[in-house]
Amino acid sequence: MTPPTQMSLPRRPFDRSIALMRFIVVLLFVLTLYGFTALETGGVNMADAWSMLADNAATLFFRPALANVTVSELLVSLGVTIGLGFLTTVFGAVIGFGLALASALNIAPVWLSVLVKGFTAIVRAIPTVLWVLIFAVSAGLGSVAAVLGMTFHSAGYLIKAYAESFEDVDAGSIEALRAGGADWWHIVGQVVTPSAMPALISWTFLRFEINFSTAIAMGAAAGAGGIGFDMFMASGFYLNIREMGAFTYAILIFAVIMELIATRLQTRQTHR
Amino acid sequence: MPVLHVENVRKSYGGSSFALDGVSFSIEKGEFVAIIGPSGAGKSTLLRCINRLIAVTSGTVSVDGTDVTKVSNSGLRILRRTVGMIFQHYNLVNRLTVIENVLHGRLGYKSSLSGTFGLFSHAEKMRAYELLQAVGLSEQIYQRCGQLSGGQKQRVGIARALIQDPTLMLCDEPIASLDPNAAKIVMDTLRDINQRLGITVVANLHQVHAAREYAHRIIGVNAGKVVFDGPPSLLTLEIIQQIYGSEAQDLMLAEGELHA
Amino acid sequence: MRSFDFLMRQRLAVGLVFLGILIASYVAVVVTEYDVVKGFQSIPKAVIWSSENFYPDEKSLKRLPKIIAKMQETLVTAVTATTCAAFVGFLVAILGANATRPHWVFSIVSRAIASLFRNVDVSAWSLILLFSFGQSMFTGYLALFFVTFGFMVRMLMETIDLSSADTIEALRATGASPSAVITQSVIPTCMPQFVSWTLFMIETNIRSATLVGILTGTGIGNLFDIYYKSLNYHAASLVIVVIVIAVLLIESVSNAIRRVVLQ
Ligand SMILES: Nc1ncnc2c1ncn2[C@@H]1O[C@H](COP(=O)(O)OP(=O)(O)OP(=O)(O)O)[C@@H](O)[C@H]1O
Ligand SMILES: [Mg+2]
Repeated sequence: MTPPTQMSLPRRPFDRSIALMRFIVVLLFVLTLYGFTALETGGVNMADAWSMLADNAATLFFRPALANVTVSELLVSLGVTIGLGFLTTVFGAVIGFGLALASALNIAPVWLSVLVKGFTAIVRAIPTVLWVLIFAVSAGLGSVAAVLGMTFHSAGYLIKAYAESFEDVDAGSIEALRAGGADWWHIVGQVVTPSAMPALISWTFLRFEINFSTAIAMGAAAGAGGIGFDMFMASGFYLNIREMGAFTYAILIFAVIMELIATRLQTRQTHR
Repeated sequence: MPVLHVENVRKSYGGSSFALDGVSFSIEKGEFVAIIGPSGAGKSTLLRCINRLIAVTSGTVSVDGTDVTKVSNSGLRILRRTVGMIFQHYNLVNRLTVIENVLHGRLGYKSSLSGTFGLFSHAEKMRAYELLQAVGLSEQIYQRCGQLSGGQKQRVGIARALIQDPTLMLCDEPIASLDPNAAKIVMDTLRDINQRLGITVVANLHQVHAAREYAHRIIGVNAGKVVFDGPPSLLTLEIIQQIYGSEAQDLMLAEGELHA
Repeated sequence: MRSFDFLMRQRLAVGLVFLGILIASYVAVVVTEYDVVKGFQSIPKAVIWSSENFYPDEKSLKRLPKIIAKMQETLVTAVTATTCAAFVGFLVAILGANATRPHWVFSIVSRAIASLFRNVDVSAWSLILLFSFGQSMFTGYLALFFVTFGFMVRMLMETIDLSSADTIEALRATGASPSAVITQSVIPTCMPQFVSWTLFMIETNIRSATLVGILTGTGIGNLFDIYYKSLNYHAASLVIVVIVIAVLLIESVSNAIRRVVLQ
């Protein structure tokens, strides 16, 4: 059983995928190192800042308290933020559904699909906050600009997600109906939508979670009101870290509830 | 001294029922033993108690005289490296090449450091290559495991177990996911290992005819208990019925076709 | 007859869901004080205004070098924050995943930490961090790091449990040490997903970095804010063009990479 002497292994052929992955990892590593040299800290003493962060975090999480808003005002603010998230999700879903039908390759003509997909890629590339600010010029800062701007980004996202869900629908079942003489509306109504429904629901829900976060951000950065604006005031105007803590808890509680519901939805779907 | 001695082993996954309920047997060096039983009988549990992938609730298991249930963590690593194992779903790292997967069988012999960095000697690589030649995969050594057929994957699994230089080989449904042709190649390889290298083989099998054809001895398990232990010649239809309970009907049909 | 009943009931359920959404939308309109009519009027207004004012003109092109420099600054912040968070997130995910955890307590702690960091929005983190780090790139870097870290821990914990449980069992059976199991099985198995999630988060974080920049007074977001507030809309629109080009470029590169890496 002993092998003949000095037999050697064949040479290992080149593997593109592994080579590319290594290259990416090295590239990101180098970029990160460069990033650290470029990252300016605004002349803040790092050691002081970190210890201050530790103090602040302790105050934030262990001694939250309201000061400039009442509990009911906090709840209204939270309601405004949730409302913005909900409304823009509904609008985004309606627009998203229509345009996704026009851009899923298995049910729409190629030219239309390319057109819609290209357009939505650009819509998505522009950060939501910039959409809101653009609309704010003609509509003024406030909920109108926030809803419009957030709807744009939301729709861009959902068009892509829905279209991909439609494209995942089994080609055989579409073919079967087409063979039976069904028209486009029948196929959409009887095969594509029902089969994609679980995916559509979970994408929509995911987008609602994102829109809730975005609504906070728009309050803070684009004057959209709600809890984001309250936080902005507590942080930049009143410099009240304890109040920030109260707002943070309000956000966390709602977000964690959403996460739990999403997990439930997901397990229900996979068990089906 | 038996290679494997199992005594009064019980296993409960929490809850009141026992997946293994007082199992005892001994296996001598060089035996080829098949364990058969219906789905959920506890076959996989039993096999995993042998190398302590699952801890027993009570009872003892000894491999080569070492009590598996009492051995320390480092002792367990030393023990596991002499026990090869192959799996129904092969359990290979699909992203890695065939030879890298085979070399994983040497990890039990490595220090934590060289194992962590995957530093293998030239001799180990050559040995992996030879084993792959022996199982007929010399052409595929640099292919990713994900690209292989089921039968080829299982042969990689066998090579990974063999490079451990095991005295005992545990096989959990090695052919359950294979077509008849690939299954025959895998079972023939296992027989070859058993006869030429003298490695003891313990295999969970779902197919009674395969157990009959390849094993020297068959252990029948039902609801966590051993209900039959003897040579294939004593495995009568009544006993099969006893082992498989309600599943027996279908099996008997299949067997009938086989013998017709 | 029964199937007819069933169909009717299903229709009724769908109808009720839609009715519920409609009512909830109405409540949301009231709470947010959203003016529906004004909303519809604003769209054509915005289109007309944009076509008249919101395009880069010749004068604004002179600012291009500055815009590109700021874009680069933002890109670097986003990439650095993402890679660092991805790396630390991988370590925490290994400690927390069911298949690799040293003890079940680690799972609970990892999950809780991930949930905390992910569910507090990046803008909220920025505002919190402003207290101690002031207006600087580093504040934005940390805010992006926190959120990305939370996201990566959750996703990678799932990836590890879904994709490497089998091979972990096999390597344990050979007597491999715990660290060898991780480097030889968990890392190679999860690496493609890891790279893919990292690229995804880089894409997301470039957009988030713009927002964070507005809050922390840095990068391309701040530059946009300055032009916007000084009513220099031509320059502001050029900023948007640069962002769109950068995002689309990075998206297409990372899609190409993903195709090869995930095969
Ligand atoms: N991790 C686990 N947690 C809880 N119960 C388990 C677990 N693994 C197995 N069981 C239970 O233990 C019993 C025996 O399972 P085991 O997998 O050993 O059966 P098996 O004979 O290998 O079945 P099969 O032929 O289907 O593989 C079953 O009732 C099963 O439900
Ligand atoms: Mg089993």
